[in-house]
Amino acid sequence: MQLSLGPILYYWPRQRIDDFYQQALHSPADIVYLGETVCPKRRELRPQDWLELAVSLAEAGKQLVLSTLALIESRADLATLRKLCEHSGCLMEANDMAAVELLSERRLPFVAGPAINIYNARSLRQLHRAGLMRWVMPVELNRETLRDILEELRQLGIGEQLETEVFCHGHLPLAYSARCFTARALNLAKDDCRLSCLDYPDGLPLYTRDNRILFNLNGIQTQSGRVYNLLPAYRELEEMGVDILRISPAASGTFETLAQFDRARNGATAPPPLIASDRPDEEFCNGYWYGNPGMDSFAGES
Amino acid sequence: MELVCPAGSLPALKAAVDNGADAVYIGFRDATNARHFAGLNFNDGKARQALEYARSRGVRLFVAINTYPQPHNWPAWQTAVDQGVALGADALIVADLGVLDYAREHHPQQPLHLSVQGSATNAAALSYYWRHFGIRRAVLPRVLSLDQVRQLAAISPVDLEVFGFGSLCIMAEGRCHLSSYVTAESPNTCGACSPASAVRWQETSAGRESRLNGVLIDRFKAGENAGYPTLCKGRFNVSDNIYHALEEPTSLNTLALIPQLAEIGIAAIKIEGRQRSPAYVAQVVRVWREALDHYRDAGAAFSPKREWQDALARVSEGSQTTFGAYARPWQ
Repeated sequence: MQLSLGPILYYWPRQRIDDFYQQALHSPADIVYLGETVCPKRRELRPQDWLELAVSLAEAGKQLVLSTLALIESRADLATLRKLCEHSGCLMEANDMAAVELLSERRLPFVAGPAINIYNARSLRQLHRAGLMRWVMPVELNRETLRDILEELRQLGIGEQLETEVFCHGHLPLAYSARCFTARALNLAKDDCRLSCLDYPDGLPLYTRDNRILFNLNGIQTQSGRVYNLLPAYRELEEMGVDILRISPAASGTFETLAQFDRARNGATAPPPLIASDRPDEEFCNGYWYGNPGMDSFAGES
Repeated sequence: MELVCPAGSLPALKAAVDNGADAVYIGFRDATNARHFAGLNFNDGKARQALEYARSRGVRLFVAINTYPQPHNWPAWQTAVDQGVALGADALIVADLGVLDYAREHHPQQPLHLSVQGSATNAAALSYYWRHFGIRRAVLPRVLSLDQVRQLAAISPVDLEVFGFGSLCIMAEGRCHLSSYVTAESPNTCGACSPASAVRWQETSAGRESRLNGVLIDRFKAGENAGYPTLCKGRFNVSDNIYHALEEPTSLNTLALIPQLAEIGIAAIKIEGRQRSPAYVAQVVRVWREALDHYRDAGAAFSPKREWQDALARVSEGSQTTFGAYARPWQ
């Protein structure tokens, strides 16, 4: 299986982004997703800068994919997306049906990110006809559904033509809103947010009133409070025929996580079990994979 | 503008029709629609009665098949589409690409609307559904400002329907997994959000607590209005502040925006609430019918009457209403 680095979901300063991708060059990641997927106001790197970064990284032998916004509301956002789809010259990840439309119109192959609703093989076949070459399973789906879908794809004769990627590590992107919850937490209007997300390189944790971690606020995106971790399911993912495992960048620890997955890939006998942590925001979850509430963690068999 | 009203039962449907709905939308009695609640919705026979009642009074009937099937339950959605077509529904309201593909292939003449759960918020997304499935109308997610709706209406390849009144989803519909994260059931997979089966109320020394699958959603002092523990409307702790971190318990009410929505070219106004009682439906539909008729007669001189707003406020969540995303400051 290949390993991918998902797009950075948080808002980091440019220097941090540059440093991160310099490290990514020398990491075991085979595929690197670039670009802004959450908020059009995050412009430490503008679309042109992301493209230039993609060109400079391409020489290192990684596959570069430019990822796009999940929620496209304004004419300006759509115009920016259109320009990217026309001129990027690299493989694109659609996170909204707008990008699917713009790329398929141009007969360009594309990746469907986790924010595209794909719950069955018939949806995949429809998108495949429009140019889909890889899909990232929606995060709320479980292993039984994935197994069923992969089986149906084989029956439809397109199992070999579509790559399947699974979000395997990181805070799960759960929802998108018109409202910016980071600005709201600071009593700022969205239009005057002062780019506050820059102060929260791992998002802003939200706890229940009895102090259990619940969500992680990231601008207009709401994430899981716990970190999803499918490392213990590595062998199972492999046996099912999953092609790519996605690790979602965090402010720290991403390359250690990648190394752990790489060790599993290189045959380390038993991937480490879920590790309990005394910091509640570092708790792991994997409930979705087993068909349970997403927040649950289950060390179970794999 | 067409007034599209909810019905979770035959009595609610009659209430909607009798009080001035132009169209009523219903769902079948299973997970194929986004209000899959116990005791709600229509079996085949009831759906037939609904259609007859609506048709005989010149009202259109839409069937919502707007959740996302997975391989193990796909046949139910296929059956629902076949049933909706056989029934003679004026439109099927669909979200899933696979279901749209099935409907287009097997029932090419059947009018299709894109459900709000399809989450199309821009012209390019609408264009995809229009080119591939020939959708005639799309219901817009409640994330756009009035200006953004105006810009979209000017170039949309299909008619647009917007939400006018009812419970307010704060997240882009069809792209929210908060409920399954906590309870394993989500709008997309099960047609349920913050399902009642996961709700527990508890009296404690700190106050009355509402929990969803064990997760504390809110805690109320004596005398505080304790609302249903919808996940996004609880009070949480962020940076040591306890507040409605995502959204207050409010309802959407765009009655005052009727003239703007009409001028923009919006084809239809949707009232949310298939889970609501016939009395609620009657009340809300009556007010909206009166308001739309008033706008038709008064035009630019339209102004919402106090008694309408009072009547709507009485049935609103937390007795509060908002323009939601239509008003930029709310965002």
